[in-house]
Amino acid sequence: MAWGEFKDTAAERRLFQRRALVMLLFVMLLMTGLLARMYQLQVVEHDIYTTLSDKNRVQVQSVPPPRGLVYDRNGELMAENRPVFSLTIVPERAAPIDDTLARLGRILEIEDEDLKRFRKRLNEPRRPFQEIPLFYDLGESDIAKMAVHRHEFPGVEVSAELVRYYPHSDLTAHALGFVGRINREELNRIDPVNYAGTNYIGKSGIERFYEEVLHGRVGYQHVETNARGRILRVLERENPVPGEDLELHLDLRLQRKAHELLEGRRGAIVAIEPATGGILALASVPGFDTNKFVTGISVADYRELSESIDKPLFNRALRGQYPPGSTIKPMMAVAALDSGVTTRDRKIWDPGYYQLREGGRRYRDWKRSGHGWVDLKDSVAQSCDVYFYDVAVEMGVDTMHKYLSAFGFGEDATLDVSGALSGLLPSDDWKRAMRNERWYPGDSVNMGIGQGFFLATPLQLATATALVANRGEWVEPRLLKDIRGDRTADEFLPAETHNPLVLKDPENWEYVVDTMEEVMHGAKGTARRAARGANYRMAGKTGTAQVFSLGQDEEYDAEEIRERLRDHALFVGFAPADDPKIAVAIIVENGGGGSSVAAPVARGLFDAWLEEFPAAEAEKMLGQVNQTGSEH
Amino acid sequence: MGLGKDLLGAQTGSDLGRSRSIWSVLHLDPILLFLLAILVGGGLFVLYSGADRNIEVVKAQGIRLAVAFGVMLVFAQLDPAVFRRWSPWLYVLGLVGLVAVLLVGVGAKGAQRWLAIPGLPRFQPSELMKLVVPMMAAWYLSRYFLPPTFGRVIVGLFIVLLPMFLIVQQPDLGTSLLVGMAGIFVVFFAGMSWKLIAAFFGLVSVSAPLMWFFVMRDYQKQRVLTLLDPQSDPLGAGWNIIQSKTAIGSGGMDGKGWLQGTQSHLEFLPESHTDFIVAVLAEEFGFVGMMLLMAVYFLIIVRCLYIAVSAQDSYARLLAGALTMTFFIYIFVNVGMVSGLLPVVGVPLPLISYGGTSGVTLMAAFGVLMSIHTHRRMITA
Repeated sequence: MAWGEFKDTAAERRLFQRRALVMLLFVMLLMTGLLARMYQLQVVEHDIYTTLSDKNRVQVQSVPPPRGLVYDRNGELMAENRPVFSLTIVPERAAPIDDTLARLGRILEIEDEDLKRFRKRLNEPRRPFQEIPLFYDLGESDIAKMAVHRHEFPGVEVSAELVRYYPHSDLTAHALGFVGRINREELNRIDPVNYAGTNYIGKSGIERFYEEVLHGRVGYQHVETNARGRILRVLERENPVPGEDLELHLDLRLQRKAHELLEGRRGAIVAIEPATGGILALASVPGFDTNKFVTGISVADYRELSESIDKPLFNRALRGQYPPGSTIKPMMAVAALDSGVTTRDRKIWDPGYYQLREGGRRYRDWKRSGHGWVDLKDSVAQSCDVYFYDVAVEMGVDTMHKYLSAFGFGEDATLDVSGALSGLLPSDDWKRAMRNERWYPGDSVNMGIGQGFFLATPLQLATATALVANRGEWVEPRLLKDIRGDRTADEFLPAETHNPLVLKDPENWEYVVDTMEEVMHGAKGTARRAARGANYRMAGKTGTAQVFSLGQDEEYDAEEIRERLRDHALFVGFAPADDPKIAVAIIVENGGGGSSVAAPVARGLFDAWLEEFPAAEAEKMLGQVNQTGSEH
Repeated sequence: MGLGKDLLGAQTGSDLGRSRSIWSVLHLDPILLFLLAILVGGGLFVLYSGADRNIEVVKAQGIRLAVAFGVMLVFAQLDPAVFRRWSPWLYVLGLVGLVAVLLVGVGAKGAQRWLAIPGLPRFQPSELMKLVVPMMAAWYLSRYFLPPTFGRVIVGLFIVLLPMFLIVQQPDLGTSLLVGMAGIFVVFFAGMSWKLIAAFFGLVSVSAPLMWFFVMRDYQKQRVLTLLDPQSDPLGAGWNIIQSKTAIGSGGMDGKGWLQGTQSHLEFLPESHTDFIVAVLAEEFGFVGMMLLMAVYFLIIVRCLYIAVSAQDSYARLLAGALTMTFFIYIFVNVGMVSGLLPVVGVPLPLISYGGTSGVTLMAAFGVLMSIHTHRRMITA
């Protein structure tokens, strides 16, 4: 069919024109309807929507979870959360901003540093109506002033935030670590959703290691806010899951005792419960106030800490690498006996020096006149060097390395102690790689008395001592005792990795412990004065480590140089000898002799742990019983 | 040539004989072009604000509009007779495309809308059907005497309903309705009797509950329910409507000023640069701005209806009328939904909302209209 041919084209055109007119009217009607709707919303109901728009805004806010608390083994709080008040400004609501800042300056004292930081944040790209902190940690008088003048400052808010607080800051600084503001690098690492409202993250120690457990899960709330951003009501809320509370093996009383015993000195104490591997005390003295680090330490304070020659920021217990000196002798004794290099009966003549060969270099004993005829027990008890020179050369570096490795030297054997260093356990390979030299017998001589290249941390010494106390049974040192939540500590502790050190003759363990008891209780024992009058038997070993070099090119006055060139005093030991409850390693930097300086410290710790604390507890219990008794 | 030629200063037709202007060489209608330029130009300013000052979004939209203008230019060159000849083939091709989308289509958010043919840019066959369905309906109905008989109306409606049904399956209710509207306008312009129209509306009101229970998806039902009571779900589906009404209402008579809208810039208003862009315009330019926008749209529609009325054959008239009304439906549905009069069905504001193929489709439709207007043969009445 051809188009248009038989059609009434004029009629069709008229029909279409009528329909088009209808459609035009239809369009006009509906468009008028739309404009009427707009008129209704924009003119008639304008006020309602302006109110909605300006005064009532619904926002989704993240609710940061409260950080888990940390307790010591007796339930003493070591890390808690405190509300801290900060002053924030929403620039859009506080315009003109310069005027607001000027008027604020008349009421509060604003540091130039804070102002500079605020202006920097103001110029960075950001979402509108986002609050910018002006300063943190407002004092009570400032909060009061702001409360009075609040109405004069739209867009200025005092907001509270839960911030970590360490009630025993100095005592726990090195064991617990601390939290601080999340930095750029950490920002890339964390889950942005879960950390949406969180400002702080564990920086070191337990706070860092158990960050995931302590942090918890973020919550959300829909809030209605007014024009000033003040929350009017919460519409819907999903609560955050608080971080889980941790209980550590640490005993705050012992920790305090350790600090008292090292008062005025520099040094470290590590105490381990041999049965569990739990770290009872981890002290590095001097300590510092971790609370200063949480909200951001001032430059002046930080400089003072970091430039102090006492190095309070340095964690000596975990990161201090010292020559272990004679404290290594009990472990050497185990190695010498088990490898068959010596026997319990073997005696040697100590003339006061040792020579690798006739007419060669003389390696001196600390006792110039010599110890005469000595067996292994005498050598440990009197700390005879010549006996150990001899067995060290006999064993050779490979055997020594094998046994000392089994004691955990040369590695970080801890489960949850972040930042622990591994010391240096030298070996033939190591020397070839690092010094490009072969291992000389002279190196073995030095290694035999814990000098030379050999370096160990106090934590490593305590670990090795605990192994002796356990007669070869391994317990990796750990801080976490329990999680106060649904989950168990085992879920979060890394797996234990060490095999027990099994001797060919297990009786050798008892023999070595006997030699260490002799150190404390024997007639010629080097620490006999420190053990005098004790109600229990203890095992120990003193040590004195030579300070070879001075640190860096710091300028000390002559007296200080002399003081800091003095030997380090060391001690390792455990008590009671037959049923060890506590094993310790002590170093007092530049303290002099281990027997006169370090051993009494150990005695103090043993007494506290075995007698003072149980007595105090018993008394407390008794008091409670009496009290309840009198009530009846 | 008939009366009313001077409605909008139409000169193209009668000028053909005297001098071939640049417009007739390019087959463009200067009046329509001018109105579209105002719309598109102003739209980019609103888009810049709606996209939170993201100049990249504006650039991308500019490129898209340039492409759309090219498509319009191409369509304007083709004689309406060509469109008429191609109509059935394009229709069949479109149906194949729709079936293919259901079988092998790609998409996002639970909907399959795109066809990814290697070597070609991704496209939505459903978008094409907005042009092809009215072409097919016009082709079919204009073969016979108008007004059409009852039987031919039924066939015409079937031509419309088949692609609608396929598009609803994707699922894409918004596009399906627009395609259906485009086709039904053809049937209306052809002269479908008023009795039938009344009966048709009767049928729709009966089938609506049936659709509710058997065709509509849960999320589509939710949108309708939300429209009836936005406060019932203030943080879920009702959020958009509450926020856009707040944005519009707080704009007042003359608005908060360009880039000054607080609702849209605070991310309270979702999709502020796509489907809900009219809320940005209303907040920043107020009721005055809305009146201006409506005026531009209205003038475009009047010009297009004039083109339809002055077309020379039934096919061109029906197609031009239907395309014009489809354009209007876009406006009505979008503004209606953003202002809370209609359910939210994902229809963009023509030539202003960011993205999508809809801009290209619309400009192609204007190309067809220009072609119809500039290819009239000189017939002296």
